Amino acid sequence: MNFSFNRAVLAVLTTTSLSFAGVTSAQEITGAGATFPAPIYAKWASDYYKATGVKVNYQSIGSGGGIKQIDSKTVDFGASDMPLTDEVLKTKGQMQFPTVMGGVVPVINVKGIEPGQLKLTGPLLGDIFLGKVSRWNDPAIKALNPTLPLPDAAIAQVRRADGSGTTFIFTNYLSKVNAEWKAKVGEGTAVNWPAGAGGKGNEGVAAFVGRLPNSLGYVEYSYVKQNKLNYAVMQNSAGNFVKPEDDSFKAAAAGADWSKTFYHILTNQPGKDAWPISGATFILMHTKQDKPASATEALKFFSWAYKNGDATAAALDYVPMPDSVVAAIEKSWGEIKDPAGKPVSFK
Amino acid sequence: MSSTLAHGASPSNSPAILSTRAMTKPPPSKRPRTGPMADRIFGWVAKGAALLTLGLLLAILASLTVSAWPAISKYGLSFLVNSTWDPVQEEFGGLVMIYGTVFTSFIALLIAVPVSFGIALFLTELSPAWLKRPLGTAVELLAAVPSIVYGMWGLLVFGPVLATYVQQPLQSLFADVPYLGAFVSGPPVGIGILSAGIILAIMIIPFISAVMRDVFEVTPPLLKESAYGLGATTWEVVSKVVLPYTKTGVIGGIMLGLGRAIGETMAVTFVIGNFNQLDSVSLFQAANSITSALANEFAEAGEGLHQASLMYLGLVLFFITFVILSLSKVLLLQLRKGEGEKT
Repeated sequence: MNFSFNRAVLAVLTTTSLSFAGVTSAQEITGAGATFPAPIYAKWASDYYKATGVKVNYQSIGSGGGIKQIDSKTVDFGASDMPLTDEVLKTKGQMQFPTVMGGVVPVINVKGIEPGQLKLTGPLLGDIFLGKVSRWNDPAIKALNPTLPLPDAAIAQVRRADGSGTTFIFTNYLSKVNAEWKAKVGEGTAVNWPAGAGGKGNEGVAAFVGRLPNSLGYVEYSYVKQNKLNYAVMQNSAGNFVKPEDDSFKAAAAGADWSKTFYHILTNQPGKDAWPISGATFILMHTKQDKPASATEALKFFSWAYKNGDATAAALDYVPMPDSVVAAIEKSWGEIKDPAGKPVSFK
Repeated sequence: MSSTLAHGASPSNSPAILSTRAMTKPPPSKRPRTGPMADRIFGWVAKGAALLTLGLLLAILASLTVSAWPAISKYGLSFLVNSTWDPVQEEFGGLVMIYGTVFTSFIALLIAVPVSFGIALFLTELSPAWLKRPLGTAVELLAAVPSIVYGMWGLLVFGPVLATYVQQPLQSLFADVPYLGAFVSGPPVGIGILSAGIILAIMIIPFISAVMRDVFEVTPPLLKESAYGLGATTWEVVSKVVLPYTKTGVIGGIMLGLGRAIGETMAVTFVIGNFNQLDSVSLFQAANSITSALANEFAEAGEGLHQASLMYLGLVLFFITFVILSLSKVLLLQLRKGEGEKT
């Protein structure tokens, strides 16, 4: 009795462990990089595993780390919030494609001002982060917001302390619209901030702004929604004041020509509804694949995600790529070839 | 059992009888003695373990130096006094972080040492017996709180309180006083050097006080009782008997706390403000520390000078720790010399 029971347990254990081993050894994709898209990649991966039994491991180690890992070919795909230029990609023998978009949103904490009431322009935002406009009742802010009860208080600027793609998009925008910013600070995942305090991660900045009166910071759009932060509306390059929302991010993507290159930083895009501080996040892959089988699996995963992942992306407050862009992306995958020079299939 | 009953008149002396019997007539040992070879192997293993530590230390030092070399060769020692940290223009200097690390640790010690001394003194000399256990455990529990919890608490609870009830009143009070005003200036957000120092102090108090309490307790009661017998007050006993007797342990405890304060990362990064400019001496100015800069920037640092400079910062931290350890040894030596002259 006892003996047979043990045998049964053993048999069950062996079969399960065998079947697990079968799945993991045959089909497993690894990727590493940007932290911004990590939640959606993880969600896609778990849904994809349920649907197909293929495991996708994504390590969110930061864009810089993702670029390093794909360079040394330790992962099947790398991920970066900062697109690489076509020349750099060519020398590295890599290609890139965007997966989802998001927006960077100025958030404020000022008594008496409701979300979406404060109007800001890019040059003014640059001056505030330069420390040149340092009080809320500065004439430059008053001129844009004549009816708002702006307090006579110092602006506490809050920004990211850690290197991040969010900072890259934000400083890239400020460099485009504010000449002094470009000359003095520039753009990058980490810059030499002239003023303000740094919070660690989007959640750190959100916590600072949520708790410090008279503060102004910037976070990813999803943090604005989840933490119900008070945001400002921005003037875009067409001169309109727009709200940060899915449609204005999509409008920013629509303004770019994706058919020739995916090197687009979606800041200050034309289009009357475009949110000016938008950006996409990117996947990096080698064009010459030593292991075409895993490249096939990786592309299958992303193809599945473009088809079936829009709803999950939207639920996590990411903006899916428009269909026209997805078509261009799938066309570009023809560049990824196996050692024999044949394009890697993903169908 | 039967032997004790046969020999001993009363059960209370039986252990003594047993032990004397054991002393005079050892039972024949059945286990073979270890040979000289085993002894030697044990010696080698022990020596190997000690050398391994030394080897690891040297390896870490060497790999740090190699990775930091691009920055060392470019900036040399001027890295230590340059306060520009600009990843975009690729210009790096470590003064802001070094200043932040040293100054926050200094504030932490300034607060933690007297408080810990008070705690240890109370627990060993003054506390009623029933309070000793719960109070000692409570202090030790503080050491078990993960540092990120201190960081979150500092950012979400302590920072705003400090800003509203300390910083803003001080700022309005000293607004027009020339030097004091500069000392409390800065954005009224409650994060910066002072908050980081206070959070660090709370974190290292349990370490320092636990060590102090333990060494105070090993002071021979004979010495203390003699001093009390001569009519010394509690303070005199502590300052003239307990402290001189335990100074090595006390300094060791303080160094342990200082080491923790200098190396602490997560809690500091939440409350220090991570601001890479050195344009004010204010206690409330947001600043940066070496560990915080490393934690924040390493993941996204581009290859080349940025990464090398971060490595250089790590090397500097290594040396700061080393210098502090050496200084404490020198201090102890001096103290011992002083004793030698006295007698």
